[in-house]
Amino acid sequence: MTAALELREVRKRFGQTEIIRGVNLSIPKGERHALIGPNGAGKSTTFNLISGRSAPSSGSVRLNGAEIGGLKPCVINRMGLSRSFQITNIFHRLSVFENLRCAVLWSLGYKYSFWHRLARLHDARERAEQVLELIGLQRLRDTQAGLLTYAEQRALEIGITIAGGAEVILLDEPTAGMSRSETDQAVELIRKVTVGKTLVMVEHDMGVVFGLADRISVLVYGEVIATDAPEAIRNNDKVKEAYLGTTLEENAGEGAR
Amino acid sequence: MKTAMHRLYEPAAAPGRPRLPGRRFAHCAVWGLVALAMLLLPLCFPGGFAIALLSQMGIMIVFALSYNMLLGQCGMLSFGHAVYSGLGAFVAAHVLNRIGAGELWLPVSLLPLAGGLGGALFGVLFGYVTTRKSGTTFAMITLGIGEMVYSSSLMFPGFFGGEGGISTDRVVGNAVLGVTYGPGRQVYYLIAAWCLLSMIAMYAWTQTPLGRIANAVRDNPERTEFIGYDTQRVRYLVMILSAFFAGISGGLSAINFEIVTAENVGAVHSGGVLLATFIGGSGFFFGPVIGAVLYVLFAVALSSLTHAWLLYLGLFFVLMVMFVPGGVASLVMKQAPLAAERKLGRMLPSYAAALGAGLVLLAALILTVELTYKLQIDNDSGTIVALAGLGLDAASFKSWAGAAALWLAGALGWRAALGRVHRAWDEVQAEMTGGRT
Repeated sequence: MTAALELREVRKRFGQTEIIRGVNLSIPKGERHALIGPNGAGKSTTFNLISGRSAPSSGSVRLNGAEIGGLKPCVINRMGLSRSFQITNIFHRLSVFENLRCAVLWSLGYKYSFWHRLARLHDARERAEQVLELIGLQRLRDTQAGLLTYAEQRALEIGITIAGGAEVILLDEPTAGMSRSETDQAVELIRKVTVGKTLVMVEHDMGVVFGLADRISVLVYGEVIATDAPEAIRNNDKVKEAYLGTTLEENAGEGAR
Repeated sequence: MKTAMHRLYEPAAAPGRPRLPGRRFAHCAVWGLVALAMLLLPLCFPGGFAIALLSQMGIMIVFALSYNMLLGQCGMLSFGHAVYSGLGAFVAAHVLNRIGAGELWLPVSLLPLAGGLGGALFGVLFGYVTTRKSGTTFAMITLGIGEMVYSSSLMFPGFFGGEGGISTDRVVGNAVLGVTYGPGRQVYYLIAAWCLLSMIAMYAWTQTPLGRIANAVRDNPERTEFIGYDTQRVRYLVMILSAFFAGISGGLSAINFEIVTAENVGAVHSGGVLLATFIGGSGFFFGPVIGAVLYVLFAVALSSLTHAWLLYLGLFFVLMVMFVPGGVASLVMKQAPLAAERKLGRMLPSYAAALGAGLVLLAALILTVELTYKLQIDNDSGTIVALAGLGLDAASFKSWAGAAALWLAGALGWRAALGRVHRAWDEVQAEMTGGRT
């Protein structure tokens, strides 16, 4: 069976510096995969290379067997991969509902239409309402997205990411900057919305990582030093060394901040 | 006035609201009222100058709304939008001349469509270049394209008619039902009809998938790429549609003035539509309508009264940008929640006070500007300024002392009135939030 997402010898150079130095990663369909590593290891850059925000210098990125390395973000999205952002990235002047409706329009085939009336597109409305309920923002349906609290904006960010029905979901630090209770809610939400999908996430909060992930990859200096089940990662010597002697549990406390 | 405006436009300006059963009816009612106003205005102001003024307002409304498809809806700041209205006007003028020569058959009533198609064609051409970039780069390229088209007007005299421009005659063919488009009033009604149609079409566009995605591109182009949309394609399509409506306004102006010159594609015209849109408020669909009306009042009515009209327009623009960046429309919409709770009446006394003080300040400004103009520029015919039936001597101390007194009284009054407005506003707001929790 072809992997949902496969990276082979992916490299990224910025000028003389090689940031990503031959990443290999194979994520089967339906897996929840976490990408962890110290700051500056290249986790976000890897996400950017997968989602088309920047093009790999060399190597191959495959989505369900099809090469996507270097394609435009919109093309990759249409092929069934959607991502969220570490820094909240929403349509701040549109209402919560309009944010979600925008996110479903392409997947429902309306493309650049200026001959359909939005009010008549019942499928788009229903799908947007479904996602609205899923992320629990019904009572804020008509609130301008820019006026939401941070945690609500993060929920909307996830809502926009999944609304188009992509099969492969990339979440970039979905719980960054959240309080403990907000984090718990966010984890519940992620669990709920990624049922039956392939999830790859970058996360610093080890509680979240070990709670959600089926497998974990550890990225250090642009290389994956280990990919394994959570328990095995916890006991991996190379991983312990990479975290400079600190145990992952201590790091978890720091990640939650 | 403010409430009337707001009531007239409220349904059209709140796209995010839940769909109410009466919504459709409300839409029809708003457009019906607009149509009625357009129908009745020339009956209330039957003079030739008033009709000319109204005609130009109609043309400018279409132009400003088309500009706002770029600026307000899609976040594209263009410095060269006159290119599309102007080239549309040239195309329309040439078509009209062909009709006149009997080489082509098209009713004059449909001529704006030719202008629109001309505008759209150049939108396809130039837009392909300009919309490849966004933000500041886009703005710079539009500036360049604007200058390029303006300067090419001398290079292609066949199309642009050289320095004299292209003259045309709108009275061609046989009169249909007695309509020859000779009299200004008939032209006004043609403009009004096209203006209404264009307004409805442009509003309807904001309620389509492309219209909404344009908003998404305005708010966050990067995110739009990650929900499947090619932002470059979105900008390009919006540009073509916007150029189409700009071309319609150009076609209308060709019919109205019967002459199209290089000025029509020039930077002054491009700047004018930016000014009008900004003054009216790009954040609301109806904002540019207000802006267009105000702009024409300044550019046509005021310019016939005083040489200093550009100075007044500039000052007005600066004050708006500094203190009301959302434009007149945002001022109007701020009153909406108050009107909904029937508390607007409470604000009126303080608003009236502010208006009074504002008028005194305005009088002081006008007096100062006119006296200065008289002394510095226009002093061949003596130093007497005729203002509001008074003959004031710009060389005498008394006139300047009067201006100073007006400034002082106005400033003091304005401070007091502003305090009143703030107090009343806070009171009403406190009551409204208190009533909700």
